[in-house]
Amino acid sequence: MSEVLVLVDFVDGQLTKPSTELLTAAARLGKPTALSLGAPGDAEAAGRYGAKRLVSVEEAALAEFLVAPKAEAVAQVAKERGSQVLLLVSSPENNEIAGRVVLKLDGGLITDAVDITADGDEITTTQSVFAGNWSVQSNGARGTLVVTVKPNSIPVQEAPGECVAESAAVTISESAKLAKIVESKPKQASGRPELTEAGIVISGGRGTGGNFEPVEQLADAMGAAVGASRAAVDAGWYPHSYQVGQTGKTVSPQLYLAAGISGAIQHRAGMQTSRAIVAVNKDDEAPIFELADLGVVGDLHSVLPEVTKALKERQ
Amino acid sequence: MKIVVCVKYVPDASGDREFEDDNTVDREADGLLSELDEYAVEQALQISDEHDDVEVVALTMGPDDASDALKKALQMGADSAVHVCDDDIEGSDSLATSAILAAAIRKLGPDLVMCGMASTDGSMGVLPAMLSERLGWASLTLAHDVFVSGELVTIHRDGETATQTVEATLPVVLSVTDQSGEARYPGLKNIMAAKKKPVTEWDLSDLDAEFDHVGLEGAATRVTETAERPAKQAGSVVRDTDGAGASAVVDFLVAGKYL
Repeated sequence: MSEVLVLVDFVDGQLTKPSTELLTAAARLGKPTALSLGAPGDAEAAGRYGAKRLVSVEEAALAEFLVAPKAEAVAQVAKERGSQVLLLVSSPENNEIAGRVVLKLDGGLITDAVDITADGDEITTTQSVFAGNWSVQSNGARGTLVVTVKPNSIPVQEAPGECVAESAAVTISESAKLAKIVESKPKQASGRPELTEAGIVISGGRGTGGNFEPVEQLADAMGAAVGASRAAVDAGWYPHSYQVGQTGKTVSPQLYLAAGISGAIQHRAGMQTSRAIVAVNKDDEAPIFELADLGVVGDLHSVLPEVTKALKERQ
Repeated sequence: MKIVVCVKYVPDASGDREFEDDNTVDREADGLLSELDEYAVEQALQISDEHDDVEVVALTMGPDDASDALKKALQMGADSAVHVCDDDIEGSDSLATSAILAAAIRKLGPDLVMCGMASTDGSMGVLPAMLSERLGWASLTLAHDVFVSGELVTIHRDGETATQTVEATLPVVLSVTDQSGEARYPGLKNIMAAKKKPVTEWDLSDLDAEFDHVGLEGAATRVTETAERPAKQAGSVVRDTDGAGASAVVDFLVAGKYL
């Protein structure tokens, strides 16, 4: 049985959904140990998804400096436990942690996997690349295999069991304390589901003309997250943290509704792996229609409010 | 001050991007400077515009055609370029790429290394962190703006849960996002001038370093299979007349149990 280390997140004391997805995957691969940085975490929650152990690291430097101390902490715990596999949730920061850890451990690195399976000791990852047009399978060739896995890729399965909580001490070197965070302003919460974790995403683009109200109202009627295309973000209509696409977030929800988005390759790269796609666009030649399971040629400013109204009437 | 900008030659995303029989990316396809690296070149040039005595060197590693990426950086305004090109590096993974680039950077001896946020082909976004790890330098990643004052570099970045101000003293590895400012278009004058700018070619033996694992054989992961996804069958298209659009969407949501 491989020793699998999973970097998990607790937000307001709650184990995040992508963390439960990773623990589910880890339980298929071997013996999962959850690792929580910065907060002690909840062993019972981790145990519900198959973690046998929850290691917590509390160390001030983790929050004071960018990335490097986290990478040192993860690498030290992985070394101590002799982990053969390390799983992290895909994100810009975690990909950086993974990149640093893999050099410290001289292992193999796979980023943004959409699946991970084991056949005996042989572990195979699947990635979706080139804007979702190709699927790539890989194995580790030496050392610890470090994999970042996209949220919403692994169906969560509970596997309740005993989970031992322990804390670990790590040593953060001076060379990891070079990039000092001098100011940190928490972002305003939208009150909507996290974009990368949401089951349904409603996104607006150029066609909104800057009015996101129809998009937000439909999202709220469906309990969905709101996204935006690069055109809408570049125009200053919606914050960059909601951008879906190659240089923003990559999402693979159960349902993606693109409103007033033409479907440039930039955007497709961020949403093409969605299970179902609905497109609303005035231009019947918009490339987004090539991807859509349902396309509506029409004005989002009338179609979306009508859908919202119909959904409210159904409730 | 000397700035090295790392640039990558990538297959054009608007063309057909494919894998070869050995599961490496087809690098013969039409390529260009990765769009996201243009932002890095731009930020390096802005530092050069705002400060005296700044030298900007574009650095790439890749096949012969990768010189096109350097050409673009020179046309934008970089002063010189270095191309690491060697048959042995074909198929290198991110570990080997970062080892080779780090060796080239040590040889060039810059104060600052500037990178794009990720490549538009592999799109791992790990190279700046790996260079920082290998060089032992501070790394300021995913900056949407950059200020250099003497030895101090300050950036603003859009973190996952917070917007952050981060600072470090030189030497620093920086990466900038596509929010950092439009990349300049090279004018005719700069295109002409670029032809006279020096491009140095190095192979691995020029790098004063030993490499344990380079190329496809040295990779720490093995690609076992690449497959093109079958083209998605476009679904039904409804024209929105008399509320037909909204009804079709509602029916779709009900049928798919999304409500």
